[in-house]
Amino acid sequence: MRVILDPIKISFHNLNSSKFRSFLTMLGIIIGVGSVIIVMSLGSSAQGLVLNQVKTLGSNLIGILPGGAEEKGPPAAALGITITTLKYQDYEALIDKKKVPNLTSVAATVTGTALVKSASETKQENYYGTTASLADIQKFELAEGRFLLPQEDTNLARSVVLGSTAAGDLFPNTDPLGKDIIIKDQVFKVVGVLKKKGSSGFTNVDDLIYLPLFTAQKALLGINYLNSVSAKVDADENVDRAMEDIRATLREQHNITNPIDDDFTVRSTAQALSVLTNITNVLKYFLAGIAAISLVVGGVGIMNIMLVSVRQRIWEIGLRQAVGARKSDIILQFLIESVFVTFSGGSVGIILGGLISFLAAAIIKHLGYDWQFSLPAQSIMLAASIAILIGLIFGMYPARKAGRVSPMEALRYE
Amino acid sequence: MSLIKVVNLCKIYDNEGVKTAALCGVSFNIEKGEFVSIMGPSGSGKSTLMHILGLLDRPSDGKYYLDGEDTSTLSDNQLARLRNKKIGFVFQAFNLLPRTTVFENVELPLVYDRQSNAGNRSRVMKALRSVGLENRAEYFSNQLSGGEKQRVAIARALVNDPEVIFADEPTGNLDSKTGVQVMEIFEALNRHGHTIILVTHETVTASYANRIIKILDGKIVSDRAVSEKKRQLAERRKRIK
Repeated sequence: MRVILDPIKISFHNLNSSKFRSFLTMLGIIIGVGSVIIVMSLGSSAQGLVLNQVKTLGSNLIGILPGGAEEKGPPAAALGITITTLKYQDYEALIDKKKVPNLTSVAATVTGTALVKSASETKQENYYGTTASLADIQKFELAEGRFLLPQEDTNLARSVVLGSTAAGDLFPNTDPLGKDIIIKDQVFKVVGVLKKKGSSGFTNVDDLIYLPLFTAQKALLGINYLNSVSAKVDADENVDRAMEDIRATLREQHNITNPIDDDFTVRSTAQALSVLTNITNVLKYFLAGIAAISLVVGGVGIMNIMLVSVRQRIWEIGLRQAVGARKSDIILQFLIESVFVTFSGGSVGIILGGLISFLAAAIIKHLGYDWQFSLPAQSIMLAASIAILIGLIFGMYPARKAGRVSPMEALRYE
Repeated sequence: MSLIKVVNLCKIYDNEGVKTAALCGVSFNIEKGEFVSIMGPSGSGKSTLMHILGLLDRPSDGKYYLDGEDTSTLSDNQLARLRNKKIGFVFQAFNLLPRTTVFENVELPLVYDRQSNAGNRSRVMKALRSVGLENRAEYFSNQLSGGEKQRVAIARALVNDPEVIFADEPTGNLDSKTGVQVMEIFEALNRHGHTIILVTHETVTASYANRIIKILDGKIVSDRAVSEKKRQLAERRKRIK
């Protein structure tokens, strides 16, 4: 026990007696471990932010995109490629309770961007051409007026519902309800304004304006296909069955016999969550890996200092051998010393990194994001183990050098 | 059975092909309880001899029996164990650990003897008492004078109750007055039965021993007992100084 405790005490003495040099020695490790902690902490906070937004939508949603996809990869439509295989007839088939009994709502959507003019403003806005059922799926709440009506889906009504941010953009000083806006020289009447909801997934629903599906398809975009269909399942446990029913229905619609030929992709929010988790995890660990490179630089610094230390204390090595220390005792002593240095540096780095992440979280939260400070225990464990590992790896060479010192040579060294 | 028995000891250094014999054909016995000085000018091989006798170095040829055991067949770890159990060292430069208390310095050999540390305190204090420093136990080694440092080093050599104590120029870094004090401690230890082997080039220091082995160019040139009369003469000379 003393053979382990004494080196720790000696290292502490050594570190304590020259504080500034010790600080410089440990700086590499402090910075390295600190940045790993910061990246891991901010990464898991950002991950939480993204995943929470998806989760607020509910885990019983299904999205249907045109174009086939590998099971794990993203559908082509998600990469911005225009595919025209999803049609209004498909939407009609999915509404059919006989074909897909578990769906409570189905909404078809096309998307576009246009210059939108109000009485006072002209703004570039993104719009959704969609069916009235979207309100139920997205859990829209109205600040005033109404959402699009089911009969407006197909009757080319010139009604428009504004997201809260879009409403503020276009009507900074007036109540938009009942006012006209102009999109592509066509006049639309504002029939409703949504309550502020915050971003969900990658789109911010507050920024959008909502038009009836056919109006957007035919009057603005001149297309006959859909960009996506979303659907809500009656219960979480029926999601898988509903997805199968949807696939079967669409294959029948598109005369597809072999599932490999599917020209559509069906995904659930649960799948999206796991895909997002995977992507954000990869990002997080990749960044942490880059941060860890500085640990190697720190490790080289430790090795350098340990080599100097072995040389400076060569008589001490000789003395210890003279009073009965074995080579392995000497190696162990110097290894423990270097691990003590990296572990101390690592601890400081963890505390420092944690503090910085905490401050960053406080600032980001202050800026209005739903950002939760998060410092997972596993990232602390990871950082601490890396610090110890660095001490072992970079302490090994100096320690073995110390172990090879002949006692007689060491005692002669003055 | 002699405590130390060396037969035809040789040590040859091979320095990039150039072979130099530091010791050649050295044979002698040392009995338990003896106080022996090994004398010779620098480069004579006396330090090499002490390192071999102290199991810090291995001979190139010849046999060395310590307490009846042939040391040439022992592994490095077994040699470390013998150094820990049977040998105490006192060096010219004291070799105390800095920023470490007197107590911890004296305790050092006990740390490496791989046994329970239960009796350490009483053993350390006993060793410190025998050099008259029991009231300095909690001092740091760098707070001591040179003479006190060397007495701590002697206590450290004593703490494991070794068969033999090797002292390599123990007065070399001390003024003559503290040197005398240190030598008197060795003399007292020898009176209490400790075997002491002293390496020195100073005649005065060597004369505290009962027997002087003189070495020149790696060979023993004389090995004789110090007569009581000569000893007293030397001591008187020191007092006059």
